[in-house]
Amino acid sequence: MLEQILVLLPQVIFDGFILGFVYAMVALGYTMVYGVLELINFAHSEIFMIGAVVGVEVFRYLAPHVENGFLLLLLALVLGGAISGLTAILVERFAYRPLRKRGTTNRLVPLITAIGVSFILQDLVRLIEGLWHNEFFLRMRTVEDLEGSVELFGGAIFAQNKSFILMGVSILMLLGLTYLVNRTKLGVAIRAVAQDLSTASLMGIDPDRIISRTFLIGGSLGGVAGVLFALQYTTITPYVGFLPGLKAFTAAVLGGIGNIPGAMLGGLVLGQLENFFGTYLPILTNGNFGTEYKDVVAFLILILILLLRPQGLLGQVVKEKV
Amino acid sequence: MRKIGLLVAGVAALGMALGQANVIKIATQSPLSGPQAALGEQIKLGAELAVEEAKAKFRQLGFDLVLVPYDDQANPDVGVANANRIINDPDILGVVGHLNSGVAIPSSEVYARVGLVMVSPANTNPRVTDRRLPNVNRICGRDDVQGPVGAEYAFNNLKVKNVFVIHDKTAYGQGLAEEFRKRLEALGGKAVAFVGTEETANFVPIINQIRGARPTPELIYFGGIYSQIGPFVKQLRERGLKTRVMGGDGLDSSEFVRLAGKENAAGTYYTTVAGPVSAFPKAKELAQRFKQKYGKEIEGFGIYAYDSANVILAALEAAIKAAGGKKPTREQVAQEVRKVKLEGLTGSIEFDDKGDNKRAKYFVMQVAASGNWADNKLIRTIELAAPGAR
Repeated sequence: MLEQILVLLPQVIFDGFILGFVYAMVALGYTMVYGVLELINFAHSEIFMIGAVVGVEVFRYLAPHVENGFLLLLLALVLGGAISGLTAILVERFAYRPLRKRGTTNRLVPLITAIGVSFILQDLVRLIEGLWHNEFFLRMRTVEDLEGSVELFGGAIFAQNKSFILMGVSILMLLGLTYLVNRTKLGVAIRAVAQDLSTASLMGIDPDRIISRTFLIGGSLGGVAGVLFALQYTTITPYVGFLPGLKAFTAAVLGGIGNIPGAMLGGLVLGQLENFFGTYLPILTNGNFGTEYKDVVAFLILILILLLRPQGLLGQVVKEKV
Repeated sequence: MRKIGLLVAGVAALGMALGQANVIKIATQSPLSGPQAALGEQIKLGAELAVEEAKAKFRQLGFDLVLVPYDDQANPDVGVANANRIINDPDILGVVGHLNSGVAIPSSEVYARVGLVMVSPANTNPRVTDRRLPNVNRICGRDDVQGPVGAEYAFNNLKVKNVFVIHDKTAYGQGLAEEFRKRLEALGGKAVAFVGTEETANFVPIINQIRGARPTPELIYFGGIYSQIGPFVKQLRERGLKTRVMGGDGLDSSEFVRLAGKENAAGTYYTTVAGPVSAFPKAKELAQRFKQKYGKEIEGFGIYAYDSANVILAALEAAIKAAGGKKPTREQVAQEVRKVKLEGLTGSIEFDDKGDNKRAKYFVMQVAASGNWADNKLIRTIELAAPGAR
């Protein structure tokens, strides 16, 4: 048993990172919006799904015309990010801002709106794809440049080229975001609005504009994650966002919601947990618990971590704003 | 004034009732949207074609024949809700469906309340007929035969001993996988693992288990639907694993090739209860009519749905004659279905006392390298009686 576990361990950790980076990128969207508005934007899973669908469509239509696979991927990432970001802005403009302007103080109202928006987006995509291609399962086209694989450490790790692309792009995005939030004027404004919306507006910041941009950035990251997810796992449906979205949200909470490095860490931890238990549960329990329990066990461990550290791994105890 | 209003409403209702007196409706229930729509649509269209062709004959008998399709979305809740709507429409005298056993089992209990007959082209779970409901029949085979047929082919012909068994945790997939495992182990083989998964995108954890499994599995058996097996096979092959794959009739759709990719799908084995058009010489003509009318190829379940509808139509005709040309009751139609002896396109159809076809056919198939579903190789046809009462 131990030998079986050790043989697979490098592979499991490697695959866990791939999944973890996807979760981390999606978690950033949750955590940014929560940081600024204290709103759990459940529609973010669908923003991610839209990115994946755009990625599939870009590959479908442009692959015959664009020779270079990397250029094609770049186009898909840019378009996926842009369309997802735009959708996020629209969702904020038409679903959340009216509630804010009315001064709705009940926290549940925007939450339920978010769930509603999420259903609307799912069925909208299903309708469009149904009318357009009469397809439910969208399959990512294979492009030769992006295929291929290598074996590392004498065959201990089997790695596909697209996995390296996924990790590389996500690390770049994460670094870019950290720079943006910490070093630029927009970042300062976002942090100011997150600190205190009304005071920030007294200091000459237009909060609506900053909130809109926060949604744009979070949405684009989600969209890029969607394109990479489609490239990695190849089959996309209008409902594919739900579970990754839920897990990314959990990752954001695990890292300490509102905390950007926390969301990244939470995503990676969750990816590792899920992949570890997905692979090893049957071996560890002698076949009594199958892979189907991977999420149960991963979430149980999360609950345990949060019991010990309720504010999340990197979160700080929220002080009452005075 | 109010009385006059009521009177008008009453007359209108009576008029509608009289106008409908000579309408007979056949319902279909199958997934028409969502992940399994490709299979469900075949059921609807196959039944529709049979109904269209019988219209003239029923007009002579004095009835307007109409097909009413319902979308069960492969979801038991939706299926039961539709079933309630179906039994409240007195013109519906028969149901062709469903695709999923998990949907058919609860829905058929609703039909049973009013004795409405159901003839299934696709439900393979043993429990569908083992409950001995007088209104439930199927013309296809059963999983407790289909699973063993796969196991015997794997053990005796492919000469594999160690099999990695996966299922999708549904009544259909898990049931099939369990029957496969039972027979395999009875023959002397071994299921090196038996895992369930509801995953639709990321099969990496299972693929890693397959890599690490000892003894090395020579075959992977997946009890599930093409929507899961397709992406699974794609990821399996992309990761360089060449282990052979086998599935049940849930894999029997051209969508499987699209999702897995032509090269990855080639060579996959599957057992099915609904053979391809090529297995039924008599269905060639039907395939042409189908293509002309709907612009797409007929697949196994389309032919079986066509036959299922014809079973109901034959019973209806007999019941109308027995009732002296009047509209028969639902119970009468259900009783006539059990008496039907029909030479269908798929073979002879005759039900036993449980509602199983007396001799159902099972097919072992292999996916062709051309990527064209109609080219798939028919390796073996086995005709077997359903197991008796237990």
